[in-house]
Amino acid sequence: MSSRVFNIAFNTFREAVRDRVLYNLVAFALLMTGAAILVGQISIDIERLVVVNLGLTAVSLFGMVIAIFIGIGLVSKEIEKRTLYTVLSRPVRRWEFIVGKFFGLAGTLIVNSVCMAVGVFAALFYVSRHFQSADGWVLVGLYFIILQFLIVTSLTLLFSSFSSPLLSAVFAFSLFVIGSFSEDLRGFASMTRGISKWLATAAAYLVPNFSALNVISSVAHQNPVSGQLIVYNTAYALFYATMALSGAVLIFERRNLK
Amino acid sequence: MRASRLVSLVAGALLALTLTISVLLLRCIDTVRSGAPLEEVLYVSSPKVLKRMSLGYDGLLADIYWTRAVQYFGGKHHSGVKRYDLLAPLLEITTQLDPHLLVAYEYGANFLAPAPPLGAGMPERAIALQEFGIRNNPDDWHLYYNEGFVYYTELNDYAKAADAFARGARRPHAHPFLAVMAGRMAEHAGDLQMARMMWSTTYDTTRDKSVKANAAAHLRALQVDEDVTVLEQINNRYHQMTGRFAGSFGELASAGLLRGTPLDPLGHDYKLMPDGRVEVRHPDDLPFIQKGTPPDYTPPPVPKILPTD
Repeated sequence: MSSRVFNIAFNTFREAVRDRVLYNLVAFALLMTGAAILVGQISIDIERLVVVNLGLTAVSLFGMVIAIFIGIGLVSKEIEKRTLYTVLSRPVRRWEFIVGKFFGLAGTLIVNSVCMAVGVFAALFYVSRHFQSADGWVLVGLYFIILQFLIVTSLTLLFSSFSSPLLSAVFAFSLFVIGSFSEDLRGFASMTRGISKWLATAAAYLVPNFSALNVISSVAHQNPVSGQLIVYNTAYALFYATMALSGAVLIFERRNLK
Repeated sequence: MRASRLVSLVAGALLALTLTISVLLLRCIDTVRSGAPLEEVLYVSSPKVLKRMSLGYDGLLADIYWTRAVQYFGGKHHSGVKRYDLLAPLLEITTQLDPHLLVAYEYGANFLAPAPPLGAGMPERAIALQEFGIRNNPDDWHLYYNEGFVYYTELNDYAKAADAFARGARRPHAHPFLAVMAGRMAEHAGDLQMARMMWSTTYDTTRDKSVKANAAAHLRALQVDEDVTVLEQINNRYHQMTGRFAGSFGELASAGLLRGTPLDPLGHDYKLMPDGRVEVRHPDDLPFIQKGTPPDYTPPPVPKILPTD
């Protein structure tokens, strides 16, 4: 079972590399190099702040775009090319296919993020000429971004298990935007009453909480992130991704592929 | 087929279980983040930048910032914090994104101007907020009232308060009290009746519950201050008549100085002290009172504002 999941994951990763997904690293490298040189010349005292903000935002946005646009094609492309039938005619179960695809894309995103992180730290070193202990929080910011990718990847898989690629992209992107405002959504829910309060609260808890996973500005200001938040966020992202994957498996198991 | 059903069953159970755990974890995250220093920093403080970033959806962004302002102040006030550094910028951003969001100006007058712990202690910023509101909503009398209210209650600048009320009284559909307040300001500035008129106007015209509850608490405090003053005067008169202070309100009534037992605005009877002073039974329930507290009384760090409903 694990070898089948691993093989699908590895092939998904290899396919993403073949699709020149990692080419985005070139654009990222150019962006960071340009920003580091520019910021070093025009910013006064906030070079570090700008580099961290820009770097982590770019990591997040590049990764989100990859997660959504690769994720939505993971199932539909296999159906379109009819390669899915070849895979499923072998002793591969449908849930293994979904889980393997998830790990493959998650692996791609993690490798991509690690490469970008190296770029961020290189730019950081260029502008401030040394590392500080507070730069460790940037790693926490990166870690939270990777947790966001896990959630988005699982959601795109969920949507692509029953919907067209275009609609899946719309759903995933909408949920990313809504999830980024999830704390405000809960704020609105707390201000309402009666049935609308219950509905708003339920919706607020159902959408992924990306705002708690976004500490970019905080770490740019060298604010520490509590250990408790790291533990809770890790657990939350893993459980939420498992939930979305379970939904994807549930739908895909019942889907008529003829 | 059986294997597929088993997978569906496991996936369904896993979905329900992980959903429940996710919600529980989210509640844990909320508790961790509520006190996090992250909340103390306003990363984009320029309303102009925010307006551009909103891509035209500035109304929605204003609503979000308004919610944040209320939550920020409410959360901090509830936890007993005495600094509200972000309240002014949050309200300024809100009103610049949506200059017609009148409730934000009212909130600013009531909670930005007063000294901590009831407010942020920034009356000048509150005045500037009202001025901005007046420039954008010149016909709305509430803004002139808010401005006069801050001048009167926080800055004790009665001339400017009278001017603001007079300007407001000339607006269409202005509350009739504005003209009265403008006229009586010079003569009665600083007295209890004037203050009562101000807080009554706020209480009657606001639709914001926290502003209403705050006005109600002030009105109760004014009532207590007046009651205690009058009752102590009566007790002094009794002292002059009998050579001692009354031990109960019954004695004052028997002497023909009082009709029955007086009650505070919350329905509790007052206490007559051996030295002739009058005290309230539950001073913590009556924030802002100037009189009627025990000599060694220390008010709670967070004023207990009772809800109006």
